[in-house]
Amino acid sequence: MSTLATDRPLDVAPIPRMVAAQIRAVLTFYWRVPAIAVFSIALPLMFFLFFGLGFGHQAIGHGFTVADQLMAQLAAYATGSVFVFNIGIGQANRRAQKLDLLQRATPLPGWVAILAEIVGGLVLALIAVLCLFIFATLAGGVRLDPATYGELLLRVLLGGLPLLGLGLAIGYGGGPNAAPALASLIYLPLSFASGMWIPIQELPKFMQKISPYLPTYHYTQLVVAPFGQSQEMLWHAAAWLAGWGVVLLAVAIRLYRLDSQRKFS
Amino acid sequence: MTGAEVPAACRLGRAMDSIVELIAAHKSFRTVEALRGVDLAIHSGELVAVLGPNGAGKTTAISLMLGLRRPTRGRALLFGLDPTDRRARSRCGVMLQESGVMGALQVRELVRLFSSYYPRPMPVERAIALAGLEEQARTRADRLSGGQRQRLYYALAVCGDPELLFLDEPTVGMDVESRRAFLDSIRNFAASGRTIVLTTHYLEEADELAQRVVVIDRGRVLADASPTEIKARVPGRRVSFDCEPAPPAAALSGLPVQGLEVRGSHVRFLTNRAEEVLAELFRRGTAIRNLEVVGADLEEAFLALTNHAQSSRPTLSVEPGLAHTSEVTA
Repeated sequence: MSTLATDRPLDVAPIPRMVAAQIRAVLTFYWRVPAIAVFSIALPLMFFLFFGLGFGHQAIGHGFTVADQLMAQLAAYATGSVFVFNIGIGQANRRAQKLDLLQRATPLPGWVAILAEIVGGLVLALIAVLCLFIFATLAGGVRLDPATYGELLLRVLLGGLPLLGLGLAIGYGGGPNAAPALASLIYLPLSFASGMWIPIQELPKFMQKISPYLPTYHYTQLVVAPFGQSQEMLWHAAAWLAGWGVVLLAVAIRLYRLDSQRKFS
Repeated sequence: MTGAEVPAACRLGRAMDSIVELIAAHKSFRTVEALRGVDLAIHSGELVAVLGPNGAGKTTAISLMLGLRRPTRGRALLFGLDPTDRRARSRCGVMLQESGVMGALQVRELVRLFSSYYPRPMPVERAIALAGLEEQARTRADRLSGGQRQRLYYALAVCGDPELLFLDEPTVGMDVESRRAFLDSIRNFAASGRTIVLTTHYLEEADELAQRVVVIDRGRVLADASPTEIKARVPGRRVSFDCEPAPPAAALSGLPVQGLEVRGSHVRFLTNRAEEVLAELFRRGTAIRNLEVVGADLEEAFLALTNHAQSSRPTLSVEPGLAHTSEVTA
């Protein structure tokens, strides 16, 4: 009885067209709801305002100041915050609103939707970091040469990628009510214990012991390195971050599959 | 449907062209058996209504056809392919009962987004016009009314210019006027040679739209026939009235009704021969006030019909001791 009821070639929409449209939709969404980015963009600016302006002029050696290092740390915090909060809570909300259900019934491949979310997160992170750089330069007395700004930006964006895995894991593992709590409970202690807010030397001793095992610690090391403040080699930080990236991504994929299995099997 | 390509299958005749098939499909969710061996073939160009009370298995059946769920046993085919195959999905438009879109996006933006998923979408403005959303084209999805939101989902379902359209309870939340316009739009879309599968629990809706009605209850196909045939089997009207003093049992006996309920002076029942029943009641001198005759929704009708049916084919049996319906056939 079953026949391939067609005499024309079966075909599908071109993937690049879908990817472009999906990214555009995600960016339009962020544009329309700027409030959701406030936490990631404004909080680092505020912290820089309180601490960077007060103590920023103090030298830390190699011709750099406290403000330079704080700007780098907070840029890393902001990027991680976008990946963990915006991606994590965003995905949890979209699942709760059953966006995935309708999408699943269309010919859109699931990975295109996820890719668009990731690109959206990267753009948001870029905006957050640039806002901080501009503020710190105009108001905080940070003076770096263009190459250092460029290098820092690259380190901030690449080094933050493992946290995308954390964000996605929260997004697929948590509901819309649990995700914000989970994200805060995981990311805030992580960032604090890794020296993103205040230098690691000033943290309690037990935290200093735990710190080197955390992904955010190596992320912080990676971004303060241009100012001669890193306590580890570049490859060492990169290896730790890659390892954490694999682990977090694997957890995210596992949770994604469980979620799909629950809904679509 | 200007310039619309007539689906190839239409030209091939009907014998060969099942475009949707469920073959002995079973679906269990843990201990609940949602579908218990459903065989169903839908042909190109058909407008099929899948009818049944809530929880009958309609949505589960649609989910299997779409590949949103996998059959526990049996098979589901879409255009002869696995329903999850993107080539098959690229030929379908879908309106689900429960779904969401990014609320911050405007109607036009969402239609443009969904158009990108399909190989040969229709112009965005046309999809918006088909759904009657021209005035809301620049409205954010989260600011639409319930009925408008349903029409947005319809626009998203048709924007890919699909050969096959799945509509799961499409008129839920619509007022009378927009429901009317919406059913017209579906009819027009079907008239261009498209295949439409819709679920509903309104017998009247199925009757108005479909050439073929598949009745599902408790995970089984109870009937698969034309609307006229189905209507003859199902009590399509709900009659209620007040009666002072409370009617004696004899006053209501022997009538072709089902689901008779008498609460004090209030009487209600289901029938598909309302005129006859009322004439008989008047003849018996029953004092009737506040008479109401409305289209029964199928939920009620089926509850009345299937409540006590336990056999393998629990079709249209009648509650014993209440009344009888002579014309009911299985």
